[in-house]
Amino acid sequence: MSQRAPWEEQRKLLVKLEEETDPALGCPPTKRPLDQHLRFGLINLDKPSGPSSHEVVAWVKRMLRLKHAGHGGTLETFTRLEQSDGHRRASSSS
Amino acid sequence: MVTGVLPLALEDATKTIQAFLLTGKEYVCLMALHADVEEKKIQAVLEEFVGDILQRPPVRAAVRRDVRKRRIYYIRDVEMDGREILFRVGCQAGTYIRKLVYDVGEVLGVGAHMRELRRTRAGSFTEEESFSLYDLMQLSEANPKERDMLTRRMVKPMESAFQYVPHVYIRDSTVSSICHGAELAVPGIVRLSEGIVPKMPIALFTLKDELVALSKALMSSEQMMKEDHGLAAKTVRVIMPAETYPRLWKTKTVTVKAQS
Repeated sequence: MSQRAPWEEQRKLLVKLEEETDPALGCPPTKRPLDQHLRFGLINLDKPSGPSSHEVVAWVKRMLRLKHAGHGGTLETFTRLEQSDGHRRASSSS
Repeated sequence: MVTGVLPLALEDATKTIQAFLLTGKEYVCLMALHADVEEKKIQAVLEEFVGDILQRPPVRAAVRRDVRKRRIYYIRDVEMDGREILFRVGCQAGTYIRKLVYDVGEVLGVGAHMRELRRTRAGSFTEEESFSLYDLMQLSEANPKERDMLTRRMVKPMESAFQYVPHVYIRDSTVSSICHGAELAVPGIVRLSEGIVPKMPIALFTLKDELVALSKALMSSEQMMKEDHGLAAKTVRVIMPAETYPRLWKTKTVTVKAQS
């Protein structure tokens, strides 16, 4: 494995077969109708300090009237207890 | 305080979450030293931490506290103001920055703690392209016409998160079997990323760039190119609804019916 970050690496594409896709089947991701666009969608959120990642997901779910939503990689904040103690310590960050 | 890039997955895209957890991250970190140290020494010690490091997760952690190896891709843009050190760090998933800062403090011999942390990247999601909760509120309060436009701008297709995950493109006729949980066999492969090795997480795509499933490679890129049969990847998580592409393979029940 290289020492470089994945976003600083270029991966070439190798061609094994020459093959066409049937335009009648499926739908390219950028052409999805709006309901499908939401159903298979992601949001790149700038999480503010304060609420937990979990709380933020709950807000967004309610705002956009979603049935399911999840977040990738917890960005933890101070826990309530630590805040009230005034300790300058984040509970976790991975 | 911890802020910054938090990828959110909506509805059916929620299934792709596990892939985010594995992607590399970038943070901007504010470290506070507990005593004065020469700037040259700080720079040298920070550089020492680039590469593979051993880390024991902190006491308050979401994982088992076993020492594990993590890769620091880079530490750059270091700025120093007395005991306050600001830097940008690119790291493998599951690296604890708070712990990294603590360990830097130990090596410097004066101790240090993390004062502030901002995530500036998670895989292909960057800080520059992120939206705030206020932006999303606008979206939820917009009239139907605006809503359409804003949704397209703020919500991205789930495929955009897989830019840095090795791809394997499969034939239309293979899609349905994968959606029903089958492993990927070599004859279904059309194109593939170079550099795949066995056990590597990969993503299967249709020729229209739709995400089909998250898989684990069973062969290297070279083998996938060379072989004409055999299993190339094990399906880990199916993302595409099964009915999207037609089912073309034969089953025993179909054969029995045909005979009777």
